[in-house]
Amino acid sequence: MNFEFTEEQVMLRDSVARYVQDDYDWETRVAIANSEAGLDRAKWQTFAELGWLSIPFAEDHGGFGGSALDVMVVMEELGKGLVLEPYLATVLLYGGLLQKGASPELQTAHIPSIIDGSSLGAFAYLERQSRYEISDVLTTAKANADGFAINGEKVVVFNGASADQLIVSARTSCEQSDENGISLFLVAADAEGVESVSYRMMDGQVVANIVFNNVQVPAANLVGELDGGHSLINEVVRDANLALAAEALGIMQQLNAKTVEYTQTREQFGVAIGKFQALQHRMVDTFISYEQTKSLLYRAVCALTDDSEDEDQAIHALRVMVDKAGKHIFGEAIQLHGGMGITDELDIGHYAKRLMMINTTFGNGDYHQAKFNALRYN
Amino acid sequence: MDTAFAPDDIAFRDEVVAFFDSAYDEDIESRLASPDPDIFKPAIVEWQKRLNERGWIAPGWPQEFGGTGWDAAKDFIFESERSKRGIRDVIPFGLKMVGPVIYTFGTDEQKERFLPKILASDEWWCQGYSEPGAGSDLASLKTRAVRDGDDYIINGAKIWTSYAQFSDWIFCLVRTSTEGKKQAGISFLLIDMKTPGIKVNPIVSIDAHHSLNEVEFNDVRVPVENMIGEENKGWTYAKALLAHERTSIAGVADSKRGVDLIKKFASEEVNGGSRLIDDPLFQKRLSDLEVELMALEFTELRVLASVASGGAPGAESSLLKIKGTEIQQAVQELTMEVAGYFQGVLPGAPAPDVLGHEFATGAFTSYMYGRAATIYGGSNEVQRNIIAKAVLGL
Repeated sequence: MNFEFTEEQVMLRDSVARYVQDDYDWETRVAIANSEAGLDRAKWQTFAELGWLSIPFAEDHGGFGGSALDVMVVMEELGKGLVLEPYLATVLLYGGLLQKGASPELQTAHIPSIIDGSSLGAFAYLERQSRYEISDVLTTAKANADGFAINGEKVVVFNGASADQLIVSARTSCEQSDENGISLFLVAADAEGVESVSYRMMDGQVVANIVFNNVQVPAANLVGELDGGHSLINEVVRDANLALAAEALGIMQQLNAKTVEYTQTREQFGVAIGKFQALQHRMVDTFISYEQTKSLLYRAVCALTDDSEDEDQAIHALRVMVDKAGKHIFGEAIQLHGGMGITDELDIGHYAKRLMMINTTFGNGDYHQAKFNALRYN
Repeated sequence: MDTAFAPDDIAFRDEVVAFFDSAYDEDIESRLASPDPDIFKPAIVEWQKRLNERGWIAPGWPQEFGGTGWDAAKDFIFESERSKRGIRDVIPFGLKMVGPVIYTFGTDEQKERFLPKILASDEWWCQGYSEPGAGSDLASLKTRAVRDGDDYIINGAKIWTSYAQFSDWIFCLVRTSTEGKKQAGISFLLIDMKTPGIKVNPIVSIDAHHSLNEVEFNDVRVPVENMIGEENKGWTYAKALLAHERTSIAGVADSKRGVDLIKKFASEEVNGGSRLIDDPLFQKRLSDLEVELMALEFTELRVLASVASGGAPGAESSLLKIKGTEIQQAVQELTMEVAGYFQGVLPGAPAPDVLGHEFATGAFTSYMYGRAATIYGGSNEVQRNIIAKAVLGL
């Protein structure tokens, strides 16, 4: 039994933490959030130089060969700074699908350009009607002499506006919600027939709705097996869920710390409001919510690392907790900051909005609770 | 005990329905929903004028000052029919806040000068209570009013002032004495926003909109006849107003409308092959909410009935404020959940047919700004202190 980080992980954590503190202060973050792209390519280049973009990739492709735990360490610190650059979309989703499912040729052609920061990616998987069911796919890919022709629309594509490369889920057989019959394809964002409309979400990221009009891709651009995309997606999303929960934990830590600090300086009725027992108890409860989330995060990372049989249950339990604890913690953070908590100027609301977005990414609390119930009680 | 409506109540409901059906047309509906202040402001004035022409702009006011003289049943019917149609409530600062203070504590000259313009929506009001250093501890406010001949000279700052950028007048709590208890040195002043020395600084709120402001006062001269009642008695008048504000803050009718919309949206939203409203986890959340709301509706009716039979709205209004705002927030949160991953879409996003979703941006605005409801009008923590002291005797 050991819950300590290795020396390497401590160094990695400290390096991200130092960067966030020194080079990603609040003013910098606000400026990036208000910029047209919603991200800073120069900062992304620094991430590459610091080696963060190489973590989950195999050493053959120039990667670090890191584990889910290494990714967790990075994401928790990125969360603390509300870093906007598309680590999830590019490294974990687009990169994760390539790493776990693509042919050696595609990997050799595309993974190095993720690691060196020159190429951004996105995973286009959501559709208007799909809600949280990733298998609900209406976009089609029809085989023809030159490969496949893709038709359909994807919505809320994270990093969809800046990505150079997309991986798209499309139906190659079976009916709308079947888990079988889904295939994944690599598509250049500037390919003929790709049209996108971008817009900004509440957490500052710029996303896109992307329409595919007879977009022709060669058969070699198939990522994973034909009709077998769903299990590949599941594998990558499992890792992404862990990473998002780590990001959420970093945010929760910041919200709690900032709230405790504020209540020690804000005076009403002649004393710091943190002296009121009624408020102290509420901050104790948010502290407990944070600790419980951390425990389920560690439980899930252990399950994933050990390839344990109940890893899916551990992930769903974690996401249920992130939803519940997240709402509890940001709700109290806003309330205890009073009027200041509902301003755009203060960072508290922005931490809250990122937690809300995390709670809609790959399913809300109810979605994961239903999956958990089905695995555990059926 | 019964809650059946009398025959004249039923006739009244028909009148209300007929009025809303003719006066609240699609044109005014769409203009009132606009986030653009240049469209919204004239629209709300126009709508309030239609209500005033019908004589229904001020249900809570006594008839002699232009109120309706309705009893609790008629108030309830009017509110239900209004909210059922999603018609927004009137802007409260003149009609529900300073108006009642003026007709209760003001001089005849003040009543004559201000009440008709409030009823006609010809003058916009805003509220100058909170200060940067005085929120929950409102009585510690520091904005000074110093007597100089026939004027007071005002220096200080007010904050969280909704619609100050539109307002013609502000009603303010100001400090006229630093002796004795801090509540005993406060006065209630009506100040013309065009007076030299007033500066309005916008505050963008968490919903990415500008409705809040900071209002600075630098040597602002206010004639003494603009004081309500006696000097240093302002706290008493303000407390009466706050109780009034908290009674209407429960927002039961609007929460019921919100629940109806959740049911509609959740019946259209498909989740994993079946309707979201058929999902047992979703049903649990919705029914938890509805059970609380059903209870609150009767709690409010009980309070209104006791006020109608002579009781003053006291600590009970704190209960309505706490539970009402918590339920409003729960309604807003569940609406966001129905919107799924579209809930994060900001106002100004592509049109619904391009975006792929109908109500998400509206849900975002209500949800985010709705976080303020448990903070304003006396935070819910302060309301709990009031109940502990005034009801439980602790």
